[in-house]
Amino acid sequence: MPDRTSATAAPAASPEALLEVTGLCRSFGDVRAVDDVSFVLPPGGSLGIVGESGSGKTTTARIIVGLERADSGTVRVRGQAHNGTGRGRAARLARARRVQMVFQDPYLSLDPRAPVRAVLAETLKLHFPGTDHDARIHELLDQVGLGARAADARPRELSGGQRQRVAIARALAVRPEVLVLDEAVAALDVSVQAQILNLLADIREETAVGYLFITHDLGVVRCVTDDVIVMRSGRIVEAGRTGEVLGRPAHPYTRLLSASVPRPGWDPRAIGAARRALAEEDAAAS
Amino acid sequence: MTAPAPAPAPAPASTPAPAGAAALIRRPGLARVRAKRAPLYVASLVFVGLVVLLALLAPWIAPHDPNTADLGNALAPPSGEHLLGTDAAGRDTLSRLLVGARTSLLGPLGVVVLSTLLGAAVGVAAGWRGGWLDSLLSRGSELTLAFPGLLLAILIVAVYGEGLMAPVVALSVAYFPYVSRLTRSLVLAERERPYVAAYKVQGHSGLQICLRHVVPNIAPVVLAQSTVNFGYALIDLAGLSFLGLGVPALTPDWGRMVFDGKSAIQSGYPLSAVIPCAAIILTVVAFNVVGERWADKVAGRKR
Repeated sequence: MPDRTSATAAPAASPEALLEVTGLCRSFGDVRAVDDVSFVLPPGGSLGIVGESGSGKTTTARIIVGLERADSGTVRVRGQAHNGTGRGRAARLARARRVQMVFQDPYLSLDPRAPVRAVLAETLKLHFPGTDHDARIHELLDQVGLGARAADARPRELSGGQRQRVAIARALAVRPEVLVLDEAVAALDVSVQAQILNLLADIREETAVGYLFITHDLGVVRCVTDDVIVMRSGRIVEAGRTGEVLGRPAHPYTRLLSASVPRPGWDPRAIGAARRALAEEDAAAS
Repeated sequence: MTAPAPAPAPAPASTPAPAGAAALIRRPGLARVRAKRAPLYVASLVFVGLVVLLALLAPWIAPHDPNTADLGNALAPPSGEHLLGTDAAGRDTLSRLLVGARTSLLGPLGVVVLSTLLGAAVGVAAGWRGGWLDSLLSRGSELTLAFPGLLLAILIVAVYGEGLMAPVVALSVAYFPYVSRLTRSLVLAERERPYVAAYKVQGHSGLQICLRHVVPNIAPVVLAQSTVNFGYALIDLAGLSFLGLGVPALTPDWGRMVFDGKSAIQSGYPLSAVIPCAAIILTVVAFNVVGERWADKVAGRKR
C-alpha cells in the first residue's frame, strides 16, 4: 500500500480541537475493523467519513459515541477524555452531552410506542430537570421544522423524513458538542434527503455544533462537509479538504469510489476491473 | 395455528391489466382464511366473556344452594326444578356449575398472574443482563421445566395440605419457565434494536431503558401467551381437583364435580360428570383460541 496514511495526520492536534481521535483500533476476531484511525474535527466543523460497507466507518462512529469500545486509541472532546469507562450517572450524562448520534434508520431508532413529545420530554427530564420542558420541546420541534401537531404523534404516524427530524431534535435536546450522523439520510428518498441536509446545515450555523458525517454517499459529503477522510478496510487511505479530495483524488480507492457513482457515460465494467486491480495490488503488498 | 393458505387462484396478471384493474387485484386465499377464522374467534371471545360474567354473578343467579344435599332427589334428570339435573348427593348441577366457575377460573388466574410475574422477571433479567446471570437463570428454569408440573403440584399439596393456594403456587412454579424462555428470547431480540442504542447514547441507564421501553414493547406478546397458559392451567387444576388434591371436598369446582360424578357414570347417570367436563373443555378451547389470536395479532403488528 502506498504510504499515504502519513499524510493523513491532517491539521496538527491542536488544543482547541472539538473532537480529536488518535490511533483508534478495534478488531473483531481476525478482522481489523478499525485500524489506527486518527482525525481532528475543529469547533463548528463538519467532517465526513466515507467508505463502502465494511470499511469500518460505522464501527468508528460507534466507538466515538460509546456503543463499542476501542482496543486502543483515544477519543477527546475539547481536550477531555471521552470513553465508555465511567459507569455512574454523572459520567453517563457527561458522555451524552459531549457526543450525540443520529442513526441510519429512523424507522428503527425511535421507540414505536413513544409519542414525539414523550421522547423529547424524557431526555430533557434526564439532562435538564426542573426547567420548562414544554417551551424547550416547542423550540426543538421548531428548530427541526416540525409543527406542534407532530408532537403528539407516534413514530408510525410520521413519514421517514419526519421521523429523522424527531431523531435530530432528540439528539439536539441534549445540547451536544458533537453530532455523529451515521448514514443519517441514507434511508430517505432524494427530495427528503435534500431537506434534511439543508436543515442540518441551518442547525450548524445556529448552534455551532460539530458534525461527523458517516456516509457512503459522495454527493452528501460534497454538500455538507468541510473535510473528508476516506476509509478502506479499517484504515484511512486519504484525508483532506472535501473539495480537493473529491476533485483530485490521490488514492486509487478514492478514484474508484468517485467513479462508482452512477451517471451518464458510466461504465460499470471498467469499475469492476479497477476494483479487481486494487484487490490484486493489496494481495501483492501483503 | 395459521392454516396454510389454499393454493391461490392463478394470478390474472399475465396479461398487462389497466392500472385501475391492477389496483383491485387481491390475494383471495389469505383473505378467505382470515374470514373463516374470525367467527371462531368472536364466538370464543363471547364465550370467555360469558363464563367470566356468570362466575362473577354466580351467587346471585344460582337457582339453588350448591351444597344443599337432597338425597331423595339424587341423580334426577333435568327438570323445571333442576335445569341440569342433580348429582349423586342430590345437589343441583347448574348451581354447582355456576358457583364452581369461580374457583375454576380463580385458580388459573392466580397461576397465570404468578407465573407471568415470575417468568417475566427472570426472563428480562436473563435476557437483558446476559452473561453468568443468564446462564444461571436459564439453567435453573430448564431444571424446573424437566420436572413434571403435576408431580410438583402433588408434592406441594402433599406437604401443605388441601386448599387452592398450594396447587396454584406449585403450578406457577411449573409454568414460569415457559414464560421466562419466551420473555428472554423477546428481550434478546428487542435489545438489539437501534432505539435501545439510541437511548443509551442519550445517557439513559440500562435499567431505565429496560423497564420503560423494552418491557412495554414485549409485554403484549407475553400477555397473549399467558392467555393461552390460562387454558392449560385450568386443565391442570381441574386434574388436581379430580385427583382430590386441589380444593377442599365441599367447595364446588369443575374438576371436583367430575370426580364426584364418576361413580354416577358407572350407574348409568353420566350427566353430572359430563356437564362440568364440557365446561372445562369449552373454556380451555375458548381461552386458547382467544390467546392464539391475540398472539398472532400482536406479533403481526410488531414485525
